[in-house]
Formats: sequence, structure tokens, C-alpha cells
Amino acid sequence: MSRQHIISLLLENEAGALSRVSGLFSARAYNIESLTVAATQDPTLSRLTLVTVGSDETIEQIKKQLNKLIDVVKLIDLSESFSLERELILLKVKKSDAMVQKIESLSVESSARITDDTDGYLIIELTGEKVWLDDFLSSLADEVLEVVRTGVVGLSRGERSLTV
Amino acid sequence: MELSGGEIVIQSLKDEGVEYVFGYPGGCVLHIYDAIFKQDDVKHVLVRHEQGATHAADGYARSSGKPGVVLVTSGPGATNAITGIATAYMDSIPMVVITGQVPRPVIGTDAFQEVDTVGITRPCVKHNFLVKDISDIAETMKKAFYLATTGRPGPVVVDIPKDITDPNIKVSYQYPEEVSMRSYHPTVSGNIGQTRKAIKLIKEAKRPVIYSGGGVVLGEASEELKQLGRTLGFPVTQTLMGLGAFPGTDPQFIGMLGMHGTYEANMAMHDSDLIIAIGARFDDRVTGKVADFCPHAKIIHIDVDPASISKTITVDVPIVGQVKPILLDMLAQLQSLGETFDRARIGAWWDQIDQWREADCLAYEKDTDTIKPQFVIEQLYNVTNGEAFVTSDVGQHQMFAAQYYPFDKPRRWINSGGLGTMGFGLPAAMGVKFAHPEADVACVTGEGSIQMCLQELSTMLQYDTPVKVINLNNGYLGMVRQWQEFTYKSRYSHSYLEALPDFKKLAEAYGHVGMQITKKEDVEPALREAFSMKDRTVFLDFLTDTKENVYPMIEAGKAHNDMVMAPSSKYKRILA
Repeated sequence: MSRQHIISLLLENEAGALSRVSGLFSARAYNIESLTVAATQDPTLSRLTLVTVGSDETIEQIKKQLNKLIDVVKLIDLSESFSLERELILLKVKKSDAMVQKIESLSVESSARITDDTDGYLIIELTGEKVWLDDFLSSLADEVLEVVRTGVVGLSRGERSLTV
Repeated sequence: MELSGGEIVIQSLKDEGVEYVFGYPGGCVLHIYDAIFKQDDVKHVLVRHEQGATHAADGYARSSGKPGVVLVTSGPGATNAITGIATAYMDSIPMVVITGQVPRPVIGTDAFQEVDTVGITRPCVKHNFLVKDISDIAETMKKAFYLATTGRPGPVVVDIPKDITDPNIKVSYQYPEEVSMRSYHPTVSGNIGQTRKAIKLIKEAKRPVIYSGGGVVLGEASEELKQLGRTLGFPVTQTLMGLGAFPGTDPQFIGMLGMHGTYEANMAMHDSDLIIAIGARFDDRVTGKVADFCPHAKIIHIDVDPASISKTITVDVPIVGQVKPILLDMLAQLQSLGETFDRARIGAWWDQIDQWREADCLAYEKDTDTIKPQFVIEQLYNVTNGEAFVTSDVGQHQMFAAQYYPFDKPRRWINSGGLGTMGFGLPAAMGVKFAHPEADVACVTGEGSIQMCLQELSTMLQYDTPVKVINLNNGYLGMVRQWQEFTYKSRYSHSYLEALPDFKKLAEAYGHVGMQITKKEDVEPALREAFSMKDRTVFLDFLTDTKENVYPMIEAGKAHNDMVMAPSSKYKRILA
């Protein structure tokens, strides 16, 4: 059975390291739903978080192949532990009283807020779990003019962490 | 010691103990070539095409166990090397490939002979580096050799921009004694608990098979495999890459398995209740239809690469680590059991295997006027007393060599198993000759494959590396023809080679000895004559039966017990 996994890696912060990861996924025909990467507090390391979907066997193979890459220092499957996951979304809508009202009503349960109001257009910012964002997006349906998502990031809760 | 970047490259090779570099000069490696000119320790072999350089380095590595080293220029130099790099990658051959790159200031500007070498080679190397600073060259070289030769070996590319090899810029040089990388810790010894589980399965097995692969050769564990096989008395089958690790003439050896494996090996795999996979990776040519692979067997899998475990076939007892220490551990545990393992313990299983052997699956029609390719290989075996290093290209001749030349020692059988690279055999044979100047080296090839890297005949004359080329010339791309016969109702689409050259004259034009053999009775004398010419490369063009096929054959997508047998075998088609 296919399931979504959030895999987080510490990667050598070197040119080409990202393409080793993305190249692995395309070469072996694995799925990437989202991928996000940035340097960590240790400038020699990047942290990469990717969301992928596959059977248990495929996910196992993905993790082994990732670990095999020389630039991958450490890896954790956040879906296997008690973890916190978040994604940020920015979306643009045309301003109207109805829209402002709608967002205010949605924000009660979703933490969405209007971050920018320029020339009759609003940018709405929302952080949360991927499923909340999906729900929020579908509730605005056709009114969304433009949307950008960061992709999922996450940390395992409690003592367990991904460090060198 | 103050050295330029170009000198550092060569001094690193010297400090690494490299004897030979196979290469081809060009603009971006001129500084490095100038450094080669000024020393005598590292010898350079000038090939005629960069693909030849990689295959020669590969043959050197496979036959010696030492890493092969290649030096090529940027752009086309690097792209020509790709096929050889991918070949080494698929068979896990240790190799370090140094590629020139355009100077740093012009990288990314589509400069003359610029190509993104690191990008192009990324999917077919164990790792690669673009060196950006002269002070990083020595350490990067050390890392390259360390990565190439440890864990699961493989090719490593070091891409060096021309400007950091400038003879006018010198830095102090010290080659690192050792190197460690925080992200790379290959497993050495296996988990003892896992080995214990394996021993338990071995004790209970009624129909066991040892299935060993190229990892045993690469891991220098041939002696341990022999000991294990003999201690247990189990039948041993080997993959195309593993041949020679367990002696091919040993009565416990039941032949190669897989698509062109023996009837007894494939039937034994199918009926087995315990497979002990050692340094083998369940390649699709071995497993056939995955769903029907060894349906009754528990599987123990020993491999240095965790990613090989349960990749295509889910196994019961994985043991990750180097084959040699794991086998030694198993042998020690077996000894402490105080139980007797021998053929008699699994007598019924051996009776069954002996019955399968009676099919005589490698029988071929002997009573013909034409030269059968199998006959040539058998005569090659006789003439060389089974002691030659045999390289091959890819196709029917490769399978015939694997089937009819039993290897008793590892590193004697040199072929492109994973990538299946036509053109591999001749340059690889040259590489073997550099590693073993006194040994008999034969390149078994066909009229198709040989034309893919033929130009290296010129290199072989220059460096005096006498090889015997056994050209099984049937005028067809034989394996393609065979598949077309089986699955395309004999529509031989573009598998017939018209306008073949006169290979005898061609060999002579390159300064070698050429022979054409058209009669069966001339096969053995011609081989004897050729091998008596110790210091000459001899090209033997055997005009063989044009319609011969490789049997047995498991057609794509079929199971081990569903083989097409040779017409001359006692069994025709077997469907259990």
C-alpha cells in the first residue's frame, strides 16, 4: 500500500548535492511531492526535507539509496516518529468585502492572515499541516489567482533530533 | 615540497602507487600531461579513443584488484569516457577518472570543449568532484581513491579546471596519509546475530543452493567461498560476474544461473528451500520473473551494499558487510556447531540435481561441417589449459565463453555484465595484459562487437601487449538474431552485418598477425599456433555457424523452470 512519507536529510552544503538527490529520484522513477532545502545553523550542512509517496518496499529503497549518496550525512523518516510538520503558503486573491469576511471566518480555525493589501489585491499567508492548507485552498476554490507553497518541513518531537 | 596543480595530480597518483594511467591528451589537460612528461614513475598509456582508456583501466582493475586510472580532457574527452565509466559503475569496478575542465573563469559560458562533466557523469559514478582550488587537489585525489576502492567499489570522477593546474602557480604538497568523510562509513563486518540466524537456516536446509556473484571476486573472498562450499557440501551456482570465484570444474559447481544458465542451476534455484546469496544482487537476468523466483526458498543475502538488500527480491536474513569477514565468521560458527555437513546430509537433493544434469543442457551438435562457436571456446580452453585471462564483448560469444570455458580462479573472466557494453573486450584485454604481462590473454568477441573499439589494436602494437583475439564471426549480431528468431518470427531486422572487413588483412594493417579459420579441423591448430606466438597479437577470425543459438534460454519474463533447451539436449522444452 502506498503511503506518504516525509524524509529529512542532512546534506553536505556543497554545489551539486541537491542535484544528486533530485537526480536519484528521477533516475529511479521515485515520486517527489515536495522538496525544500536550506543551510542549517552549521553552514557546512544543509537540511533537505522531501515528501514522497510509495509502498513500504519503495520507501525503504529510497532511504537506502539516499543514504548511499556520499553527500548525505544523515537521514530520518519523520513519518516513522512522532513529529511536527508544517508548510507555508502564500496566495493572492482580489480584494472584496466578501473575501475579507470569508478569510476572517476561515482564520478562526486556520491561522490564515492577510499579509499584504496592495492596489485591490490581497496576499494571504497561512502556515500549518499540509492537509489544512489543502482544505483552505479548496475552500477558496476559483478565487485564488496565484499560489506558492514552501513544501513541507518538519522536526521530530521530543529528544530525538537529526544532528551530526 | 612546492608543486603546481598538474604536478600534484601526478604526484598523488605516484603516492597512491599507481603504475599505469590510460589516457588521451587535449587542451584542458596539457599542464597535467606536461607533468607526466617530467617523470617516469607513473606510466601513461596513450589509447586511441577515450572509451578504450576506460575499458583498459577497467580490465586492469578487474584482473588485478587494483583501481584503474584514466586521464582524459574536457568536453568530448569526458563524454567519450562515459560508456566506460557506466560499465565500471554497473559492475562495481574501482576506477578513478581524471577529467580536464575548462578554466574556472569560463565555466558555464559554453567555452570551447566545455561540458558539465560532473552533471553528465553523476548518475553513473559512485561519486564525483569538481576541484575548485589548487590546495584541494591532493585531498580530493585521496578521497577519490578511498571512495573508489572501499565499500561497494565503483568509479569516481575528479574534474579539474585547467587554470588550477597552471605550472606557474605552486603550493606546498603533502599527500594525506588517510582521509575520513563524515558521511561515508562502509560496513565491514556483518551482524553476528544475523549470521547466527543464517546458520540456523543452513542447519535446517534440505535443498540448499549457494548463489554467489561478483561481490565475492571484488571482496577477495574466493578462498572463503570455496571453504564454505566444501564445508557444507552444498551445490554452488554463480552469476556471470561471479564465475571463477568457486572453481568451474568442481563437481559441486552446477553451472551459471539465469537467462543462459544451466538447466540444473535454474531448476535447483526454483526447487530450493534455502538460497545463500553471496555478493550477488538478484539482477533481472538472474531472477527471470520476479514473482516466480525461488518460490519455496528462504533467502540469506550477504552484501556490502545495504541498498542491494531486498531491492527486487525480499530476503529473509540480510547480512550487510564485506563478504570475506562474514564468510569467515560463518565458517567459525559452523565449526563450533560440531555437526557434519556433507553431500550425504542432503543426498536426496544431490540425486535430484544429478538427474537434472543428465539433461546435458550444454550439449551441442558436434557432427557438422560448420565451425560451432561452442567448439571454438572448448578448444580455447584446451589450448590454454583453462589458465587464460578471458575478456569478452557482449552477445552470444560472451555467453558461449561463460558456458564453455570453466574458470577455476577469480579475476580470470573479464566481461561487462551489468551494462552489457559491446566494445569492452579488446581494450579490457589490453588492460589485463598490463597487469599480467606474462599471462595468456584471450579476447572472445564477435564481428559486431570488435568493430566498436577496434582502434585499440593500434595501442596494443605501440605498447606491445600481445592478446589473442578470438573472433566468432557468424555475420550476424547473434544475440539480436536469436531474439528475433524466438520472439519476432525470424524477422531479422538489421541484425545481419553486410560488408564486413577482411579481418585478417585488417589485423595485418595494424601490424599484428591475422588468421582466418574456415574449417573445423583447423580450429585447434590455429589456436595452438596463435598462442605459441607469445609476443604477437593474433587476430583469429573464425567463420562460425551462422544459425547457432545460445541454450538453455529463459525468455524474458519467464521463470527459472521454464527454459528453452538446445535441440541436441535430451530434454526439449521444460515446463514443470
